[in-house]
Amino acid sequence: MSEAAALPAPEPALDPALTVGPAPATAGRPLLRLSDVHVYYGHIHALQGISLEVHPGEIVTLLGANGAGKTTTLKAISGLHHPRQGSIELDGQEITRVPAHALVRRGIGHAPEGRRIFGRMTVLENLQMGAYTRSDRAAVDADYERVFTLFPRLQERRSQLAGSLSGGEQQMLAIGRALMTQPKLLLLDEPSMGLAPILVEQIFQIIHDINRQGTTILLVEQNALMALGVARRGYILQTGQIVLADESAALAQNDEVRKAYLGG
Amino acid sequence: MIGKASPPAANPLRRTLRAIRDLASRLPQRHQSLTVIVGMAFVTAILPLVVLAPPLNGFGRQNDWLDGFANAGVFVLLAMGLNVVVGLAGLLDLGYAAFFAIGAYTYAYGASPFSGLDVPFWPMLLVGAAVAMVFGLLLGAPTLRLRGDYLAIVTLGFGEIVPVVFLNADTYTRGTNGISGVYQPVLPIVGNFGFGNPMPYYLTMAAIIAVAMILLYRLQDSRLGRAWMAIREDELAAASMGINTVTTKLLAFAIGASTSGLGGVFYASKLSVVSPDQFGFVISFTVLAMVVLGGMGNIWGVAVGAFVIYELQSQGLKQLNSFFGGLGLPPFHLGPLTVDLTSINFLEYQFLLYGLALVGMMLLRPEGLFPSRRRRAELRDEADAGAANEELVQA
Repeated sequence: MSEAAALPAPEPALDPALTVGPAPATAGRPLLRLSDVHVYYGHIHALQGISLEVHPGEIVTLLGANGAGKTTTLKAISGLHHPRQGSIELDGQEITRVPAHALVRRGIGHAPEGRRIFGRMTVLENLQMGAYTRSDRAAVDADYERVFTLFPRLQERRSQLAGSLSGGEQQMLAIGRALMTQPKLLLLDEPSMGLAPILVEQIFQIIHDINRQGTTILLVEQNALMALGVARRGYILQTGQIVLADESAALAQNDEVRKAYLGG
Repeated sequence: MIGKASPPAANPLRRTLRAIRDLASRLPQRHQSLTVIVGMAFVTAILPLVVLAPPLNGFGRQNDWLDGFANAGVFVLLAMGLNVVVGLAGLLDLGYAAFFAIGAYTYAYGASPFSGLDVPFWPMLLVGAAVAMVFGLLLGAPTLRLRGDYLAIVTLGFGEIVPVVFLNADTYTRGTNGISGVYQPVLPIVGNFGFGNPMPYYLTMAAIIAVAMILLYRLQDSRLGRAWMAIREDELAAASMGINTVTTKLLAFAIGASTSGLGGVFYASKLSVVSPDQFGFVISFTVLAMVVLGGMGNIWGVAVGAFVIYELQSQGLKQLNSFFGGLGLPPFHLGPLTVDLTSINFLEYQFLLYGLALVGMMLLRPEGLFPSRRRRAELRDEADAGAANEELVQA
């Protein structure tokens, strides 16, 4: 239960390849690998062959316009909407057809779009739901502590109904609840949506902190500027296809990206 | 309260951790079972006395009342079972009477001249519940993958199909005549169960309800209960928490069905006859109305609601008839209508009154007569809810 044990902080090493070239520098076995993933909603071909990789310790961001398929990609990864074709691997193991609830045990934590907290439960009960699959009492206690340290607001409001929280607090709860599943890979879907600029800064700082504590993150965002600021690498998604993949810094310099997502 | 050695800086964290542990240790809820037993014993003891006092003694003999109470108990059981499905897990089941019918026919097969079997009542209670549960699983397994509206339609269909099957498979069910001469229970100490002696039925029902209530409270406060709650709130989010939503919903369905089957066995033994027309949509609807009016999600609220509604419809309406008949008010005109209160048979308007009561409740008190703490908290302002919860956490 020592805080030190709960907070292993492997600093993501600044990548020397950052200035070298466009190829994302990725060595070793990826934590997550999508190969040629196709997802359909009925006849709508939502993801048209997505391939991407997330390596241990990284923050990777997935950018794109509304309807590009960002949320669908996360749903495919977390088992909420299975692909019709292609494969998804977690830590080298095939998980394409594994149902969502089983993936939670295997280390995928998903803070879904629109927060989706349990409004009629208290903050504490929401976090308890996050620990639903876990029986390691001491580690769960340590994780409550970790979440409350990351989000002191949640501790203040722990016995309040989650539905009565402000938008920012609900987002914090959604992230905290996903952390309680003890994820190896945390999927965050638009954590900045609908938040005041000052809160957005705060949330991104916390995302950074969570990553430094050792959790790999795949971040979907509309706020490209903030996302590229915190992520090591990024993928740009357009109508169901990945059109660009690079180091964050390079993407931030890319003319196309600047024009499309960074306002010039 | 204040820890001896804990430094003040760590206090909020420590308090929170302790609160979490306390919350977890509350889960076995030993006191709750005791409360249910004492409460049910008290109610069971007092009801036979209450009906001896005016004005209730004017409405019927004690035995008539007790007979009615035992019937009301069947609906209390049904409502508590449906509450698991609708109130806790949030699944709309419009064919709940099907499991009631299956339980009743199971007993009729197990203990009647028709089948030639004479299995004692007590094990049949469990058999009836088990058979109903199996049918609940059979119906649920393919359909619980459907979303809300579709599930309602499928269960509505199932509720219609089951009585029709019992009606048409007359070789095996005697069709519309039903199976009669179903044996009544025998128990050495309590005495003979029979038409003239409702007391044993009354006591048996009270015991069944007490046991069911204890089990349901335990379930509600268990890990499974929390999973139901999460699914009711948001199924997708529940799946993201690692809850197997299909299995969890299936369990709610199975437990609801078995409770209904239990009620069916009791009902068949008490009436001594089962026929298809006893298990129509009206039963499904009535029980659902009881759950909604009583306070969805609150076990004792639903039980009290079912009892009150059953008594209102069986006794209240009858008394309304004789009340207005006795007053002898002259007919009056309401626009083009002539209303003669003395000649209205209120029993005929049972479902109109149900409908009005439901509409009225939805407008005035949508959370039901006795809402669960959670539902009530939702309607109060956040400070109150927070304070109420704080108390709970401290307790």
